[in-house]
Amino acid sequence: MTEWIQNAFMIRALVAGVLVGALASYYGTFIVQRRLSFLGSGLAHAAFGGIALALLLQQDPLFVAIPFTVFVAIAINWVRSKTILAADTAIGVFFAVSVALGVIFLSMRKGTTYDAFSYLFGSILAISMADLWIIILIFLMGLTTLPRLWGNWAFATFDEESARADDLSVSRDDYLLNVMLAITIVAAIKMVGILLIAAFLVIPAASARLLSPTFFWMTVFSVVLGAASAFSGMVGSYELDLPSGATIILCQAIFFGLALLWSRWRAEPV
Amino acid sequence: MIVAKNLTVQLGDRTALQNISFKIDQGNFLAVLGPNGGGKSTLLKSILGLISPSSGSLGLGSEDLPRRTLKIGYVPQVKSLDRTFPAQSIELVATSVIGRWPHRLSHKNHNISMAALDKVGAAHLAYQSIRSLSGGELQRVFLARAIIGDPHILLLDEPESGIDVSGTADLYTLLEDLHTDAKVCIVIVTHDWDVAFHHATHVLLLNSQQIGFGRPEIALTESAIRNTFGHVGHKHETLAISSHSPTDHDHD
Repeated sequence: MTEWIQNAFMIRALVAGVLVGALASYYGTFIVQRRLSFLGSGLAHAAFGGIALALLLQQDPLFVAIPFTVFVAIAINWVRSKTILAADTAIGVFFAVSVALGVIFLSMRKGTTYDAFSYLFGSILAISMADLWIIILIFLMGLTTLPRLWGNWAFATFDEESARADDLSVSRDDYLLNVMLAITIVAAIKMVGILLIAAFLVIPAASARLLSPTFFWMTVFSVVLGAASAFSGMVGSYELDLPSGATIILCQAIFFGLALLWSRWRAEPV
Repeated sequence: MIVAKNLTVQLGDRTALQNISFKIDQGNFLAVLGPNGGGKSTLLKSILGLISPSSGSLGLGSEDLPRRTLKIGYVPQVKSLDRTFPAQSIELVATSVIGRWPHRLSHKNHNISMAALDKVGAAHLAYQSIRSLSGGELQRVFLARAIIGDPHILLLDEPESGIDVSGTADLYTLLEDLHTDAKVCIVIVTHDWDVAFHHATHVLLLNSQQIGFGRPEIALTESAIRNTFGHVGHKHETLAISSHSPTDHDHD
Protein backbone atom coordinates (compact mmCIF):
# COMPACT_ATOMS: atom_id res chain seq x y z
CA MET A 1 0.00 0.00 0.00
CA THR A 2 2.91 2.38 0.56
CA GLU A 3 4.90 1.85 -2.62
CA TRP A 4 4.09 5.44 -3.64
CA ILE A 5 6.65 6.65 -1.12
CA GLN A 6 9.40 5.33 -3.38
CA ASN A 7 7.93 6.98 -6.40
CA ALA A 8 9.61 10.30 -7.32
CA PHE A 9 6.71 11.59 -9.40
CA MET A 10 4.27 10.68 -6.66
CA ILE A 11 6.25 12.54 -3.99
CA ARG A 12 6.38 15.54 -6.34
CA ALA A 13 2.66 15.36 -6.98
CA LEU A 14 1.93 15.02 -3.27
CA VAL A 15 4.02 18.05 -2.30
CA ALA A 16 2.42 20.06 -5.10
CA GLY A 17 -1.05 18.84 -4.14
CA VAL A 18 -0.73 19.66 -0.46
CA LEU A 19 0.67 23.13 -1.16
CA VAL A 20 -2.01 23.95 -3.74
CA GLY A 21 -4.72 22.45 -1.53
CA ALA A 22 -3.64 24.63 1.39
CA LEU A 23 -3.34 27.76 -0.74
CA ALA A 24 -6.63 27.32 -2.61
CA SER A 25 -8.46 26.72 0.68
CA TYR A 26 -6.87 29.83 2.18
CA TYR A 27 -8.21 32.01 -0.65
CA GLY A 28 -11.39 29.94 -0.53
CA THR A 29 -12.32 31.40 2.88
CA PHE A 30 -12.60 34.85 1.29
CA ILE A 31 -14.40 33.44 -1.74
CA VAL A 32 -16.99 31.71 0.48
CA GLN A 33 -17.62 34.69 2.75
CA ARG A 34 -17.79 37.07 -0.22
CA ARG A 35 -20.19 34.72 -2.04
CA LEU A 36 -17.88 34.63 -5.03
CA SER A 37 -17.71 30.90 -5.76
CA PHE A 38 -18.67 31.67 -9.34
CA LEU A 39 -15.39 33.59 -9.62
CA GLY A 40 -13.43 30.35 -9.12
CA SER A 41 -15.37 28.72 -11.91
CA GLY A 42 -14.99 31.76 -14.16
CA LEU A 43 -11.23 31.96 -13.66
CA ALA A 44 -10.84 28.20 -14.26
CA HIS A 45 -12.59 28.59 -17.60
CA ALA A 46 -10.46 31.64 -18.37
CA ALA A 47 -7.46 29.38 -17.73
CA PHE A 48 -8.89 26.97 -20.30
CA GLY A 49 -8.60 29.75 -22.89
CA GLY A 50 -5.00 30.33 -21.83
CA ILE A 51 -4.10 26.63 -21.92
CA ALA A 52 -5.65 26.24 -25.38
CA LEU A 53 -3.60 29.21 -26.59
CA ALA A 54 -0.45 27.62 -25.14
CA LEU A 55 -1.19 24.32 -26.90
CA LEU A 56 -1.72 26.22 -30.15
CA LEU A 57 1.57 28.08 -29.74
CA GLN A 58 3.27 24.90 -28.44
CA GLN A 59 4.39 26.62 -25.26
CA ASP A 60 4.34 25.44 -21.64
CA PRO A 61 0.65 25.86 -20.65
CA LEU A 62 1.45 27.41 -17.26
CA PHE A 63 3.51 30.25 -18.73
CA VAL A 64 0.72 31.27 -21.10
CA ALA A 65 -2.25 30.43 -18.89
CA ILE A 66 -1.01 32.40 -15.86
CA PRO A 67 -0.76 35.79 -17.64
CA PHE A 68 -3.96 35.08 -19.59
CA THR A 69 -5.95 34.23 -16.44
CA VAL A 70 -4.44 37.10 -14.43
CA PHE A 71 -5.51 39.45 -17.21
CA VAL A 72 -9.06 38.09 -17.09
CA ALA A 73 -9.10 38.35 -13.26
CA ILE A 74 -8.09 42.01 -13.46
CA ALA A 75 -10.64 42.66 -16.20
CA ILE A 76 -13.43 41.06 -14.16
CA ASN A 77 -12.59 43.20 -11.14
CA TRP A 78 -12.33 46.32 -13.29
CA VAL A 79 -15.77 45.78 -14.85
CA ARG A 80 -17.25 44.99 -11.43
CA SER A 81 -15.88 48.10 -9.74
CA LYS A 82 -16.08 50.63 -12.60
CA THR A 83 -19.45 49.80 -14.13
CA ILE A 84 -22.96 49.25 -12.81
CA LEU A 85 -22.71 45.51 -13.62
CA ALA A 86 -22.67 42.99 -10.78
CA ALA A 87 -19.72 40.67 -10.17
CA ASP A 88 -21.49 37.54 -11.43
CA THR A 89 -22.43 39.30 -14.67
CA ALA A 90 -18.84 40.42 -15.26
CA ILE A 91 -17.63 36.87 -14.51
CA GLY A 92 -20.25 35.39 -16.84
CA VAL A 93 -19.11 37.54 -19.77
CA PHE A 94 -15.40 36.74 -19.38
CA PHE A 95 -16.15 33.08 -18.66
CA ALA A 96 -17.95 32.68 -21.98
CA VAL A 97 -15.46 34.70 -24.02
CA SER A 98 -12.52 32.71 -22.63
CA VAL A 99 -14.14 29.35 -23.38
CA ALA A 100 -15.07 30.55 -26.88
CA LEU A 101 -11.48 31.62 -27.50
CA GLY A 102 -10.22 28.32 -26.10
CA VAL A 103 -12.45 26.30 -28.42
CA ILE A 104 -11.31 28.35 -31.42
CA PHE A 105 -7.64 27.99 -30.45
CA LEU A 106 -8.04 24.21 -30.16
CA SER A 107 -9.83 23.97 -33.49
CA MET A 108 -7.02 25.88 -35.18
CA ARG A 109 -4.48 23.39 -33.90
CA LYS A 110 -3.48 20.49 -36.12
CA GLY A 111 -3.56 16.98 -34.69
CA THR A 112 -5.21 15.57 -31.60
CA THR A 113 -6.88 17.53 -28.82
CA TYR A 114 -6.46 14.69 -26.36
CA ASP A 115 -3.97 16.57 -24.13
CA ALA A 116 -6.45 19.40 -23.71
CA PHE A 117 -8.89 16.95 -22.10
CA SER A 118 -6.50 16.01 -19.32
CA TYR A 119 -6.92 19.62 -18.16
CA LEU A 120 -10.67 19.17 -17.86
CA PHE A 121 -10.42 16.44 -15.22
CA GLY A 122 -6.88 16.69 -13.88
CA SER A 123 -4.14 14.13 -13.58
CA ILE A 124 -1.37 13.65 -11.04
CA LEU A 125 0.86 12.24 -13.75
CA ALA A 126 0.94 15.67 -15.31
CA ILE A 127 2.88 17.44 -12.54
CA SER A 128 6.35 18.31 -13.84
CA MET A 129 9.33 19.59 -11.88
CA ALA A 130 8.73 23.06 -13.37
CA ASP A 131 5.12 22.94 -12.11
CA LEU A 132 6.32 22.07 -8.63
CA TRP A 133 8.72 25.03 -8.58
CA ILE A 134 5.98 27.41 -9.69
CA ILE A 135 3.70 26.00 -7.01
CA ILE A 136 6.39 26.44 -4.34
CA LEU A 137 6.89 30.01 -5.55
CA ILE A 138 3.22 30.99 -5.35
CA PHE A 139 2.92 29.24 -2.00
CA LEU A 140 5.77 31.39 -0.68
CA MET A 141 4.08 34.48 -2.19
CA GLY A 142 0.90 33.60 -0.31
CA LEU A 143 2.85 32.97 2.88
CA THR A 144 4.83 36.22 2.81
CA THR A 145 1.80 38.39 2.04
CA LEU A 146 -0.32 36.63 4.67
CA PRO A 147 0.56 38.81 7.69
CA ARG A 148 -0.22 41.98 5.75
CA LEU A 149 -3.14 40.94 3.57
CA TRP A 150 -5.16 38.45 5.62
CA GLY A 151 -6.43 41.09 8.05
CA ASN A 152 -7.15 43.58 5.25
CA TRP A 153 -9.03 41.07 3.14
CA ALA A 154 -10.93 39.77 6.17
CA PHE A 155 -12.02 43.25 7.22
CA ALA A 156 -13.16 44.16 3.69
CA THR A 157 -14.96 40.81 3.49
CA PHE A 158 -16.88 41.62 6.65
CA ASP A 159 -17.78 45.17 5.63
CA GLU A 160 -16.20 46.95 2.72
CA GLU A 161 -17.46 50.35 3.76
CA SER A 162 -16.06 50.20 7.29
CA ALA A 163 -12.74 49.01 5.89
CA ARG A 164 -12.65 51.96 3.48
CA ALA A 165 -13.61 54.33 6.28
CA ASP A 166 -10.60 53.00 8.23
CA ASP A 167 -8.33 53.92 5.29
CA LEU A 168 -7.70 50.42 3.98
CA SER A 169 -6.92 50.27 0.24
CA VAL A 170 -9.85 47.98 -0.45
CA SER A 171 -9.71 48.38 -4.25
CA ARG A 172 -6.00 47.53 -4.46
CA ASP A 173 -6.50 44.57 -2.11
CA ASP A 174 -9.39 43.28 -4.25
CA TYR A 175 -7.19 43.31 -7.35
CA LEU A 176 -4.47 41.47 -5.41
CA LEU A 177 -6.94 38.84 -4.22
CA ASN A 178 -8.21 38.28 -7.78
CA VAL A 179 -4.67 37.99 -9.13
CA MET A 180 -3.49 35.58 -6.41
CA LEU A 181 -6.61 33.53 -6.94
CA ALA A 182 -6.05 33.41 -10.71
CA ILE A 183 -2.46 32.17 -10.28
CA THR A 184 -3.51 29.56 -7.71
CA ILE A 185 -6.29 28.28 -9.95
CA VAL A 186 -3.97 27.86 -12.92
CA ALA A 187 -1.48 26.01 -10.70
CA ALA A 188 -4.23 23.71 -9.42
CA ILE A 189 -5.73 22.91 -12.81
CA LYS A 190 -3.34 20.10 -13.73
CA MET A 191 -4.31 18.17 -10.61
CA VAL A 192 -7.94 19.08 -10.14
CA GLY A 193 -9.17 19.87 -13.62
CA ILE A 194 -11.10 22.88 -14.87
CA LEU A 195 -14.50 21.36 -14.17
CA LEU A 196 -13.89 20.83 -10.47
CA ILE A 197 -11.80 23.87 -9.48
CA ALA A 198 -14.71 25.91 -8.16
CA ALA A 199 -15.65 23.12 -5.74
CA PHE A 200 -12.00 22.61 -4.81
CA LEU A 201 -11.85 26.26 -3.68
CA VAL A 202 -15.15 26.27 -1.83
CA ILE A 203 -15.69 22.93 -0.02
CA PRO A 204 -12.86 23.15 2.58
CA ALA A 205 -13.79 26.74 3.42
CA ALA A 206 -17.47 25.83 3.66
CA SER A 207 -16.63 22.91 6.00
CA ALA A 208 -14.42 25.21 8.07
CA ARG A 209 -17.21 27.77 8.32
CA LEU A 210 -19.42 25.13 9.94
CA LEU A 211 -16.77 24.47 12.60
CA SER A 212 -15.49 27.97 13.37
CA PRO A 213 -16.62 30.73 15.71
CA THR A 214 -14.14 33.23 14.27
CA PHE A 215 -12.70 34.03 10.86
CA PHE A 216 -9.20 33.21 12.10
CA TRP A 217 -10.22 29.66 12.98
CA MET A 218 -12.19 29.36 9.76
CA THR A 219 -8.98 30.15 7.86
CA VAL A 220 -6.90 27.68 9.91
CA PHE A 221 -9.43 24.84 9.56
CA SER A 222 -9.91 25.54 5.87
CA VAL A 223 -6.18 25.35 5.15
CA VAL A 224 -5.80 22.14 7.20
CA LEU A 225 -8.81 20.50 5.52
CA GLY A 226 -7.64 21.65 2.08
CA ALA A 227 -4.17 20.19 2.58
CA ALA A 228 -5.45 16.98 4.20
CA SER A 229 -8.03 16.29 1.48
CA ALA A 230 -5.49 16.99 -1.27
CA PHE A 231 -3.08 14.51 0.38
CA SER A 232 -5.63 11.78 0.95
CA GLY A 233 -7.22 12.37 -2.44
CA MET A 234 -3.92 11.98 -4.27
CA VAL A 235 -2.95 8.85 -2.38
CA GLY A 236 -6.42 7.46 -3.06
CA SER A 237 -6.13 8.40 -6.71
CA TYR A 238 -2.80 6.55 -6.96
CA GLU A 239 -3.86 3.46 -5.04
CA LEU A 240 -7.24 3.05 -6.69
CA ASP A 241 -6.20 4.35 -10.11
CA LEU A 242 -8.85 7.06 -10.14
CA PRO A 243 -8.69 10.59 -11.61
CA SER A 244 -6.99 12.84 -9.04
CA GLY A 245 -9.34 15.84 -9.19
CA ALA A 246 -12.48 13.82 -8.59
CA THR A 247 -10.86 11.83 -5.78
CA ILE A 248 -9.68 14.99 -3.99
CA ILE A 249 -13.16 16.52 -4.26
CA LEU A 250 -14.72 13.36 -2.79
CA CYS A 251 -12.27 13.51 0.14
CA GLN A 252 -13.26 17.15 0.66
CA ALA A 253 -16.89 16.08 0.54
CA ILE A 254 -16.29 13.50 3.30
CA PHE A 255 -14.81 16.24 5.51
CA PHE A 256 -17.75 18.48 4.61
CA GLY A 257 -20.22 15.76 5.60
CA LEU A 258 -18.47 15.27 8.94
CA ALA A 259 -18.44 19.03 9.57
CA LEU A 260 -22.13 19.18 8.74
CA LEU A 261 -22.93 16.34 11.15
CA TRP A 262 -20.81 17.88 13.88
CA SER A 263 -22.44 21.30 13.50
CA ARG A 264 -25.93 19.77 13.58
CA TRP A 265 -25.00 17.69 16.60
CA ARG A 266 -23.70 20.75 18.40
CA ALA A 267 -27.11 22.26 17.53
CA GLU A 268 -25.97 25.80 18.17
CA PRO A 269 -24.63 27.39 14.97
CA VAL A 270 -21.33 29.22 15.24
CA MET B 1 -15.13 71.03 13.32
CA ILE B 2 -17.16 70.34 10.16
CA VAL B 3 -17.60 73.12 7.61
CA ALA B 4 -19.47 72.55 4.36
CA LYS B 5 -19.37 75.31 1.73
CA ASN B 6 -21.64 74.87 -1.30
CA LEU B 7 -20.97 71.15 -1.06
CA THR B 8 -22.23 69.35 -4.18
CA VAL B 9 -21.94 65.61 -4.72
CA GLN B 10 -22.72 63.96 -8.02
CA LEU B 11 -23.33 60.18 -7.96
CA GLY B 12 -23.37 58.99 -11.57
CA ASP B 13 -25.99 61.18 -13.25
CA ARG B 14 -27.81 61.95 -10.02
CA THR B 15 -27.09 64.99 -7.89
CA ALA B 16 -27.18 63.57 -4.38
CA LEU B 17 -26.27 66.80 -2.63
CA GLN B 18 -26.54 70.31 -4.02
CA ASN B 19 -25.08 73.47 -2.51
CA ILE B 20 -25.00 72.36 1.11
CA SER B 21 -23.49 74.85 3.53
CA PHE B 22 -23.30 74.51 7.29
CA LYS B 23 -20.82 74.76 10.14
CA ILE B 24 -20.73 72.84 13.41
CA ASP B 25 -18.21 72.93 16.24
CA GLN B 26 -16.74 70.67 18.84
CA GLY B 27 -19.38 69.43 21.25
CA ASN B 28 -22.24 70.06 18.81
CA PHE B 29 -24.86 67.44 18.07
CA LEU B 30 -26.16 67.62 14.50
CA ALA B 31 -29.28 65.71 13.46
CA VAL B 32 -29.66 65.24 9.71
CA LEU B 33 -33.26 64.74 8.61
CA GLY B 34 -34.79 64.21 5.21
CA PRO B 35 -36.65 61.82 2.93
CA ASN B 36 -35.23 58.64 1.40
CA GLY B 37 -32.72 59.48 -1.30
CA GLY B 38 -32.39 62.96 0.19
CA GLY B 39 -28.62 62.63 0.46
CA LYS B 40 -28.31 61.93 4.19
CA SER B 41 -26.09 58.88 3.90
CA THR B 42 -24.16 60.57 1.09
CA LEU B 43 -23.34 63.37 3.49
CA LEU B 44 -22.01 60.88 6.07
CA LYS B 45 -19.92 59.13 3.42
CA SER B 46 -18.52 62.50 2.34
CA ILE B 47 -17.49 63.26 5.92
CA LEU B 48 -15.87 59.81 6.12
CA GLY B 49 -13.95 60.59 2.94
CA LEU B 50 -15.54 57.72 1.00
CA ILE B 51 -17.02 60.13 -1.57
CA SER B 52 -15.34 63.27 -2.89
CA PRO B 53 -17.28 66.47 -3.54
CA SER B 54 -17.95 67.35 -7.19
CA SER B 55 -17.78 71.01 -6.30
CA GLY B 56 -17.72 73.14 -3.20
CA SER B 57 -15.84 71.95 -0.14
CA LEU B 58 -16.16 69.98 3.03
CA GLY B 59 -13.58 70.92 5.64
CA LEU B 60 -12.91 68.86 8.75
CA GLY B 61 -10.92 69.78 11.84
CA SER B 62 -9.79 73.12 13.17
CA GLU B 63 -6.59 75.07 13.78
CA ASP B 64 -5.78 73.05 16.90
CA LEU B 65 -6.94 69.82 15.30
CA PRO B 66 -5.81 69.49 11.69
CA ARG B 67 -7.54 66.95 9.46
CA ARG B 68 -4.80 64.30 9.64
CA THR B 69 -4.89 64.16 13.45
CA LEU B 70 -8.66 63.88 13.50
CA LYS B 71 -10.26 60.63 14.58
CA ILE B 72 -13.71 59.81 13.22
CA GLY B 73 -15.93 57.10 14.69
CA TYR B 74 -18.64 55.62 12.49
CA VAL B 75 -21.68 53.51 13.35
CA PRO B 76 -23.16 52.16 10.09
CA GLN B 77 -26.70 50.95 9.54
CA VAL B 78 -26.69 47.45 10.98
CA LYS B 79 -29.37 46.17 8.64
CA SER B 80 -26.98 46.30 5.69
CA LEU B 81 -24.34 44.12 7.35
CA ASP B 82 -23.36 40.56 6.60
CA ARG B 83 -24.28 38.55 9.68
CA THR B 84 -22.94 35.27 8.31
CA PHE B 85 -19.34 36.38 8.83
CA PRO B 86 -17.82 34.31 11.67
CA ALA B 87 -16.85 36.89 14.28
CA GLN B 88 -17.15 37.64 17.96
CA SER B 89 -18.18 41.11 19.08
CA ILE B 90 -14.79 41.85 20.61
CA GLU B 91 -13.04 41.17 17.30
CA LEU B 92 -15.24 43.70 15.56
CA VAL B 93 -14.41 46.27 18.25
CA ALA B 94 -10.69 45.48 17.97
CA THR B 95 -10.62 46.36 14.24
CA SER B 96 -10.74 49.95 15.40
CA VAL B 97 -7.57 49.47 17.49
CA ILE B 98 -5.46 47.60 14.94
CA GLY B 99 -6.90 48.90 11.66
CA ARG B 100 -7.58 45.48 10.14
CA TRP B 101 -9.24 42.23 11.11
CA PRO B 102 -7.57 40.66 14.20
CA HIS B 103 -6.28 37.09 14.19
CA ARG B 104 -5.36 36.87 17.85
CA LEU B 105 -5.92 39.71 20.30
CA SER B 106 -2.93 40.85 22.33
CA HIS B 107 -3.54 41.45 26.02
CA LYS B 108 -3.40 45.21 25.52
CA ASN B 109 -5.79 45.30 22.55
CA HIS B 110 -8.11 42.96 24.39
CA ASN B 111 -8.27 45.35 27.33
CA ILE B 112 -8.87 48.41 25.16
CA SER B 113 -11.69 46.64 23.33
CA MET B 114 -13.25 45.36 26.57
CA ALA B 115 -13.15 48.85 28.08
CA ALA B 116 -15.03 50.27 25.09
CA LEU B 117 -17.63 47.49 25.24
CA ASP B 118 -18.02 48.11 28.95
CA LYS B 119 -18.57 51.82 28.37
CA VAL B 120 -21.56 51.18 26.12
CA GLY B 121 -22.92 48.48 28.44
CA ALA B 122 -22.08 45.58 26.13
CA ALA B 123 -19.23 43.84 27.98
CA HIS B 124 -21.39 40.72 28.33
CA LEU B 125 -21.56 40.44 24.53
CA ALA B 126 -17.78 40.33 24.02
CA TYR B 127 -17.51 36.65 23.10
CA GLN B 128 -20.88 36.26 21.46
CA SER B 129 -21.04 35.58 17.76
CA ILE B 130 -22.30 38.66 15.90
CA ARG B 131 -24.81 36.33 14.28
CA SER B 132 -26.58 35.85 17.60
CA LEU B 133 -26.91 39.56 18.42
CA SER B 134 -30.09 41.56 18.02
CA GLY B 135 -29.98 44.68 15.86
CA GLY B 136 -29.70 46.87 18.93
CA GLU B 137 -26.92 44.79 20.46
CA LEU B 138 -24.92 44.87 17.25
CA GLN B 139 -25.38 48.62 17.04
CA ARG B 140 -24.02 48.91 20.56
CA VAL B 141 -20.97 46.86 19.57
CA PHE B 142 -20.44 49.20 16.62
CA LEU B 143 -20.74 52.14 18.98
CA ALA B 144 -18.06 50.61 21.22
CA ARG B 145 -15.93 50.25 18.10
CA ALA B 146 -16.56 53.87 17.14
CA ILE B 147 -15.64 55.42 20.50
CA ILE B 148 -12.24 53.70 20.72
CA GLY B 149 -9.39 56.20 20.66
CA ASP B 150 -11.72 59.02 21.75
CA PRO B 151 -12.97 60.24 18.37
CA HIS B 152 -13.41 63.95 17.69
CA ILE B 153 -16.30 63.25 15.37
CA LEU B 154 -18.88 60.48 15.78
CA LEU B 155 -21.15 59.60 12.86
CA LEU B 156 -24.27 57.45 13.28
CA ASP B 157 -26.44 56.28 10.39
CA GLU B 158 -30.03 55.70 11.57
CA PRO B 159 -29.11 54.23 14.95
CA GLU B 160 -32.75 53.92 15.97
CA SER B 161 -33.54 51.47 13.16
CA GLY B 162 -32.05 48.46 14.96
CA ILE B 163 -32.89 49.34 18.52
CA ASP B 164 -35.90 48.71 20.69
CA VAL B 165 -37.45 51.64 22.54
CA SER B 166 -35.64 51.20 25.87
CA GLY B 167 -32.35 50.72 24.05
CA THR B 168 -32.89 53.97 22.19
CA ALA B 169 -33.24 55.90 25.44
CA ASP B 170 -29.93 54.44 26.72
CA LEU B 171 -28.23 55.23 23.44
CA TYR B 172 -29.18 58.90 23.58
CA THR B 173 -28.11 59.20 27.21
CA LEU B 174 -24.72 57.91 26.13
CA LEU B 175 -24.55 60.28 23.17
CA GLU B 176 -25.51 63.19 25.44
CA ASP B 177 -22.56 62.34 27.71
CA LEU B 178 -20.22 62.12 24.75
CA HIS B 179 -21.03 65.51 23.31
CA THR B 180 -21.45 67.45 26.54
CA ASP B 181 -18.61 65.92 28.63
CA ALA B 182 -16.14 64.64 26.04
CA LYS B 183 -16.95 67.45 23.56
CA VAL B 184 -17.38 64.96 20.74
CA CYS B 185 -18.95 66.40 17.61
CA ILE B 186 -21.87 64.09 16.81
CA VAL B 187 -23.61 63.78 13.44
CA ILE B 188 -26.63 61.52 13.35
CA VAL B 189 -28.82 60.61 10.41
CA THR B 190 -32.25 59.90 11.79
CA HIS B 191 -35.93 59.61 11.06
CA ASP B 192 -36.82 60.42 14.63
CA TRP B 193 -38.08 63.99 14.94
CA ASP B 194 -38.17 63.80 18.73
CA VAL B 195 -34.48 62.98 18.86
CA ALA B 196 -33.69 65.93 16.64
CA PHE B 197 -35.81 68.19 18.79
CA HIS B 198 -34.69 67.06 22.24
CA HIS B 199 -31.06 66.03 21.82
CA ALA B 200 -29.60 67.88 18.86
CA THR B 201 -27.96 71.28 19.12
CA HIS B 202 -28.32 71.69 15.35
CA VAL B 203 -30.62 70.30 12.69
CA LEU B 204 -29.93 69.96 8.97
CA LEU B 205 -32.92 69.34 6.71
CA LEU B 206 -31.94 67.76 3.41
CA ASN B 207 -33.83 66.99 0.28
CA SER B 208 -30.83 66.83 -2.04
CA GLN B 209 -30.84 70.56 -1.52
CA GLN B 210 -30.54 72.22 1.85
CA ILE B 211 -33.96 73.13 3.19
CA GLY B 212 -32.84 74.41 6.53
CA PHE B 213 -30.05 74.49 9.07
CA GLY B 214 -29.94 75.84 12.58
CA ARG B 215 -31.04 75.24 16.14
CA PRO B 216 -33.86 72.70 16.26
CA GLU B 217 -36.49 75.11 17.54
CA ILE B 218 -35.73 77.42 14.62
CA ALA B 219 -34.99 74.95 11.82
CA LEU B 220 -37.84 72.56 12.55
CA THR B 221 -40.65 74.79 11.36
CA GLU B 222 -43.65 73.25 9.69
CA SER B 223 -42.93 74.91 6.37
CA ALA B 224 -39.32 73.69 6.40
CA ILE B 225 -40.50 70.16 7.12
CA ARG B 226 -43.05 70.37 4.33
CA ASN B 227 -40.36 71.56 1.95
CA THR B 228 -38.11 68.71 3.00
CA PHE B 229 -40.63 65.95 2.56
CA GLY B 230 -42.65 67.12 -0.41
CA HIS B 231 -45.09 69.60 -1.75
CA VAL B 232 -46.91 72.00 0.47
CA GLY B 233 -50.47 70.92 1.09
CA HIS B 234 -49.85 67.29 0.21
CA LYS B 235 -52.09 65.28 2.48
CA HIS B 236 -49.84 62.24 3.11
CA GLU B 237 -46.88 64.39 3.99
CA THR B 238 -48.88 66.26 6.60
CA LEU B 239 -49.84 62.95 8.19
CA ALA B 240 -46.24 61.80 8.22
CA ILE B 241 -45.17 64.94 10.02
CA SER B 242 -47.81 64.73 12.69
CA SER B 243 -46.82 61.15 13.53
CA HIS B 244 -43.34 62.48 14.41
CA SER B 245 -41.53 59.40 13.16
CA PRO B 246 -41.96 58.22 9.60
CA THR B 247 -41.14 54.54 9.55
CA ASP B 248 -39.54 54.41 6.13
CA HIS B 249 -35.82 53.84 5.73
CA ASP B 250 -33.04 55.38 3.79
CA HIS B 251 -31.19 53.26 1.29
CA ASP B 252 -29.13 55.81 -0.55
